[in-house]
Amino acid sequence: MKYTILIYENEADFATRTDEKRKEAYWGAYRAYTQALTQAGVMIGGAGLQLPGRATTIRLRAGKRQVQDGPFAEAKEQLGGYYVIDVPDLDRALDWAARCPAASTGTIEVRPNLPN
Amino acid sequence: MAAAEDALGDALVAALESWPRAGVPDNPDAWLLAAARRQLIDAARHAKVETSAAPGLELIVAQARGNAAIDTTFPDERLKLLFVCAHPAIDEAARTALMLQTVLGLDAARIASAFLVSPTTMSQRLVRVKARIREAGIRFEVPEPPELPSRVETVLEAIYAAFGSGWEDVAAGADPRRRGLAEEAIWLGRLVAQLLPDEPEALGLLALMLHCEARRPARRGPGGGYVPLSLQDVALWARPMVEEAEEVLATASLAGRPGRFQLEAAIQSAHARRIVTGRTDWDAIALLYEGLLLCAATIGARVGHAAALAEVRGADAGLAAIEAIPRESIATYQPYWALRAHLLKRLGRDAEATRAFERAIGLSEDRAVREFLVTAAQAPSS
Repeated sequence: MKYTILIYENEADFATRTDEKRKEAYWGAYRAYTQALTQAGVMIGGAGLQLPGRATTIRLRAGKRQVQDGPFAEAKEQLGGYYVIDVPDLDRALDWAARCPAASTGTIEVRPNLPN
Repeated sequence: MAAAEDALGDALVAALESWPRAGVPDNPDAWLLAAARRQLIDAARHAKVETSAAPGLELIVAQARGNAAIDTTFPDERLKLLFVCAHPAIDEAARTALMLQTVLGLDAARIASAFLVSPTTMSQRLVRVKARIREAGIRFEVPEPPELPSRVETVLEAIYAAFGSGWEDVAAGADPRRRGLAEEAIWLGRLVAQLLPDEPEALGLLALMLHCEARRPARRGPGGGYVPLSLQDVALWARPMVEEAEEVLATASLAGRPGRFQLEAAIQSAHARRIVTGRTDWDAIALLYEGLLLCAATIGARVGHAAALAEVRGADAGLAAIEAIPRESIATYQPYWALRAHLLKRLGRDAEATRAFERAIGLSEDRAVREFLVTAAQAPSS
């Protein structure tokens, strides 16, 4: 069964990405996590996303486009990336989600994918 | 080879019997080996009479279990409850949770967090299990003697699972709900030990949990960094708990029926000797692991044994031991990759070490452990 691991990071996590002293640890942890997922044979795909400030949202209301700078919702934690994994059940998906580096600082959401 | 292992097993039995009474000898490893050799000779004499292989620790344990017929009635209803919770007809994944809910009254959401399953899943699981108890007509009783030992084992395993789940989270920043589970497991352990005074394994489990729990304050450095056992400041270990663990294990060994939990506790007891001697007796620990492998060859025991071998006979011996573990069982087992990485690094096989470190880092849940491994991976190889 396929699950999507949605990674919600806080401001401090996002700042770590470019912090000279800590960025290596940040990216290293994700590299290792991705590698572990791949070698365990559960990795389907995923992507890291650029900073929420680079997001643009768009809505069509009454035929009119409303385009805004910034993410969908102003929240303390923002989507920072996602993985799609294939595991037998939710318990296994949660095991993997707990190992995601952001689990100890932000929040990880695990959602089952719709069947294709 | 088998005969040698059996002799070691017998030496372990002797050690478990006599150390608590006579005190641990100055160099337990030499003593154990001497005892093993002596028993090998005895066994050889027996073998002339009895052509079948000399009884190993496994058999001793099995026989001991057969003798464990206890003709006592247990007035405490909680014991019956524990036995119902750990009944073989109940899904293994649900036993521990059921015990925590019915004996300790924890709510499903908290149990779910501890075992990393969704609260809905946990509630459903508990409801299903209770329906199963009714449908299957599992009786609310303490099992009869022939069945008792194996049923005790499932009770102890369920308690140990609760402890393990609480053990994962340490000190600063960790979820306090999970931390509490270790204490609750110890409480259950005390209860079972008290209700089953003739069951040395119950005491063994209690001693094991107390030894591990005693080290909690030493498992993180002042800055919250992970501190491996070998680098822990023994002054931070909770001495009263260590002493209690030693007493409990000593009492257990009086029964002369060693088993998995007593051996695991004995391994921790050997580590605890560092308080007195200032050094770790890896020979004794490797030997105890050999005994443990005869009782319960879990992946954890195999990795622990390999780590001890690496200290006694060198990194390549340790590496050979972990490489013998079937591949499919270690894909997501973090301690395997962490040990493998350290051993490869010690052998100067840096490229392979880096890959193993990455794997271990990717499998770590704990941020402090991840940081420790990152630092270890970057350190120049010794």
